[in-house]
Amino acid sequence: MENLNLILPEIFISLSIMFLLILGVFKNDSSKITFNLSLFAILITTIITINETFSVTRETLFNESVVIDSMSSLMKIITLIGGFLVLVISSTYLKTFKIYNIEYPVLILSSILGMMVMISSNDLIVFYMGLELQSLALYVLATYNRDQLKSSEAGLKYFVLSALSSGLLLYGCSLVYGFSGSTNFDIISNQLNSEEYVLTFGIVFILVGLAFKISAVPFHMWAPDVYEGSPTTVTLFFTIVPKIAALTVFIRFLYVPFLNLIDQWQMIIVFLSIASMVFGAVAAIGQTNIKRLVAYSSIGHIGYTLAGLATASNEGIQSSIIYISIYVVMNLALFSCLLMLRRKDQYYEDIEDLSGLSKNHPLLSLCLLLILFSLAGIPPLAGFFAKFYVFKAVLEQSMYFLAIVGLLSTVVAAFYYLRIIKIMYFDKEKDKYDTDHSLWLKFSLTVSTILILLYFIFPSQLIEVVSRINII
Amino acid sequence: MNFPILSSLILLPTVGALFLFFTKDKEGNNSTAKYVALFTTIVNFLISIYLWISFDQSTSNFQFVEDRTWIDGFINYKVGVDGISILFIILTTFITPLCIISVNNSVKNRLRDFLIAILIMESFMIGVFCALDLVVFYLFFEAGLIPMFLIIGIWGGPKRVYSAFKFFLYTLLGSVLMLVAIISIYWITGTTDVVQLYELGIDAKYQNLLWLAFFSSFAVKTPMWPVHTWLPDAHVEAPTAGSVLLAAILLKMAGYGFIRFSLGLFPVASEVFTPLIYTLSVIAIIFTSFIALMQEDMKKLIAYSSVAHMGFVTLGIFTLQQQGIEGSIIQMISHGLVSAALFLCVGVVYDRMHSRMINSYGGIVTIIPKYSILFMLFTLAALGLPGTSGFVGEFLILMGAFKDNFLVAVIASLGVILGAAYMLWLYKRVVFGKLVNEDLKKMFDLNRSEYLILSCLAVPTLFFGFYPDPLINTIEVSVTDLINMHNTNIASK
Repeated sequence: MENLNLILPEIFISLSIMFLLILGVFKNDSSKITFNLSLFAILITTIITINETFSVTRETLFNESVVIDSMSSLMKIITLIGGFLVLVISSTYLKTFKIYNIEYPVLILSSILGMMVMISSNDLIVFYMGLELQSLALYVLATYNRDQLKSSEAGLKYFVLSALSSGLLLYGCSLVYGFSGSTNFDIISNQLNSEEYVLTFGIVFILVGLAFKISAVPFHMWAPDVYEGSPTTVTLFFTIVPKIAALTVFIRFLYVPFLNLIDQWQMIIVFLSIASMVFGAVAAIGQTNIKRLVAYSSIGHIGYTLAGLATASNEGIQSSIIYISIYVVMNLALFSCLLMLRRKDQYYEDIEDLSGLSKNHPLLSLCLLLILFSLAGIPPLAGFFAKFYVFKAVLEQSMYFLAIVGLLSTVVAAFYYLRIIKIMYFDKEKDKYDTDHSLWLKFSLTVSTILILLYFIFPSQLIEVVSRINII
Repeated sequence: MNFPILSSLILLPTVGALFLFFTKDKEGNNSTAKYVALFTTIVNFLISIYLWISFDQSTSNFQFVEDRTWIDGFINYKVGVDGISILFIILTTFITPLCIISVNNSVKNRLRDFLIAILIMESFMIGVFCALDLVVFYLFFEAGLIPMFLIIGIWGGPKRVYSAFKFFLYTLLGSVLMLVAIISIYWITGTTDVVQLYELGIDAKYQNLLWLAFFSSFAVKTPMWPVHTWLPDAHVEAPTAGSVLLAAILLKMAGYGFIRFSLGLFPVASEVFTPLIYTLSVIAIIFTSFIALMQEDMKKLIAYSSVAHMGFVTLGIFTLQQQGIEGSIIQMISHGLVSAALFLCVGVVYDRMHSRMINSYGGIVTIIPKYSILFMLFTLAALGLPGTSGFVGEFLILMGAFKDNFLVAVIASLGVILGAAYMLWLYKRVVFGKLVNEDLKKMFDLNRSEYLILSCLAVPTLFFGFYPDPLINTIEVSVTDLINMHNTNIASK
């Protein structure tokens, strides 16, 4: 009998989803209670995950198709915490647009479930199942504000392009299956060797599909439109949570089934990384909408995480995971600020709307200042350390070109972050924004800003947690 | 040494800034905030003086060393001072309170935020001079960009946005390559601890590239020709206190970095690249002196003179002679005092007439005589008149240069003449001559705080001009050992 305790988090969260759906059918006006219950469910799931799986080094279940190891449990915890915080700061925004319905938490929960399955997958089929579950939930979330044209457009675009990439992914999977005769990652890993050239097609198709999911250049085209059109809270969800899951799968694919084919994929990853870093930095300069700008900046940040992956070393993987964790905190803080730009039931999301913010809202703008400098990677803020670890790992492998291009693109990226700071601090002020924010929004902004600011005092803790992850 | 005196030097201004952060910001007259800031910085100055008194001048070992694990098995938070760095720390703690006194007249709005920025800046600057670990050094070196960007951008003049961006991006661009070099050093030697690196040495085959990476950062910060163009813009647009910090201390970080890292870590490469430094320094001295002659804006003129003076500094450092390096350090200290004073002098007349143009002044000697006298003193110090600290530095540098390379020394000496030309001409046009404008008659002479600041700067300028021994004694052993270490390294290669 399998040890089902290890997938208790997944079981619990699926039961919660079903329960919430039934509750929605039988109870009128149940949105508030669904929200609270779903938050509660995520919290319990987090606790279960920590309790049951955090100390596990590596266990497999169901014919080795599901793997529980230190990476999967850590990434699940980050996913859950990210999902929790997104959900908890969404309510005011959703109420403003009168879309405070039960579907929202249920969809978030099901996409989280899909991501957890992805993170734990050790088999092509299980992986694809998780991927589709999370994607379908995300398509609906993108169009969630269905009365707005932009939101529907975003959802449709996302659906068409994402379906295409899923198709490519599936085709790649079938090619790999054809060569190895198995869908299990470990068996594939033993079967594959670099002799077979057609296999490269399989790898490339899979990598393209995955690169699409994490919006790495040149498969990023959907991101700006989708990020801009979706409701802001959903954009926040897009920028952090699915990236964690996709990154984990990326790591899993590269370092388990394709480990022997390192020569074939390393160049691809280096290219994706450099292209994302450079393009993310350059394309963000001309943006006027903050959400679009965040889309490009997140493309750039994905470039840095990929730089860590390209090293083919444990340090590299660990640095990528550190990077994505710090990135999650920074983006959460950034969007908390964005959700505070509200005046009489209207949200503002143009960079110009930040003009002179520091005069009317000194604290908010100070937080935003720290967040932006951190995103730009200026010491002593957390964002610097994220980049520092990545480049440390990159330079260990003597990949000087990658490191220098990456660091030079941080200078370009610094320009557009500085531009926002300039507008906030050097320009003329506009009308005041409302200050009656929900307690949770203030809480998430305060905590994440403090984490960003004071990370340099205790940098070892995060490293310690991450250093348990040894894939290779 | 149990009490962490260096860490308290670094932290105290930040604590003061935190304290200010929680006080209420009153528009208009906000004297409480100013007194808090002033008190913090003066206490910090006294601590640094205590540091100097208890400093042991007979050894070149690092003193007051604190070594704590910061990132396990990778970076230690390590700070300490030797004869070279201690002077820069005292310069920092000395100039900052003067900046804070000077804000009376120049900063009108958001005074509290300005003081917070200055205090945080002080923390970072002291950190740069104490750091004994490359990563810690880089952290402080880069972190200083944030407050300075805000100081120029929020409180600066009309073209402040352009200048702030230029300052930030130029410096960042220079520094990222240094980060690559620092991490590479870690992978080559297994440590980023400066003291250990001094002992271990770095393989000669890596040194050239690493040296260039550090050079790209320090050259921008110094600034050396041809990457000096951010400096005049930043100086002109920054508020007076910002210009003072920039000229007096920020530029010295690079000179300090050259001595501590470029010479100390890469002896072979330093020999290789000496001709490059000589060429750039001589161009800086001659070329920017000519540019300074042509300026019509007083602040810009002084900014270009800073470039020329820093040209002397880099020249002196890479003579690799005892006199040259000692001269460079004294020149940096002296330039810190004198350029700060000159920017404050410009600030004084700017606050009254709201013009920095030379041609809007003239004949003010009879209207504001006290100011004219002090301005005269600093002008003479800037051109290196014997009896002022400027002379000691320049003289030692040229002595060192003559020992090493005759031609370079001769050309650099011409720079001294040019320096005298532009400074005296500036003084003549501003202070003497006919009264060009009736409005100038309404100017009042130095008020109490201005008088205090300028006298505070005048005393050490004159004192070290006549009696430079306290400075030389402090640095002598450290410099001698640095050169000895350099020579043994060269000989063993």
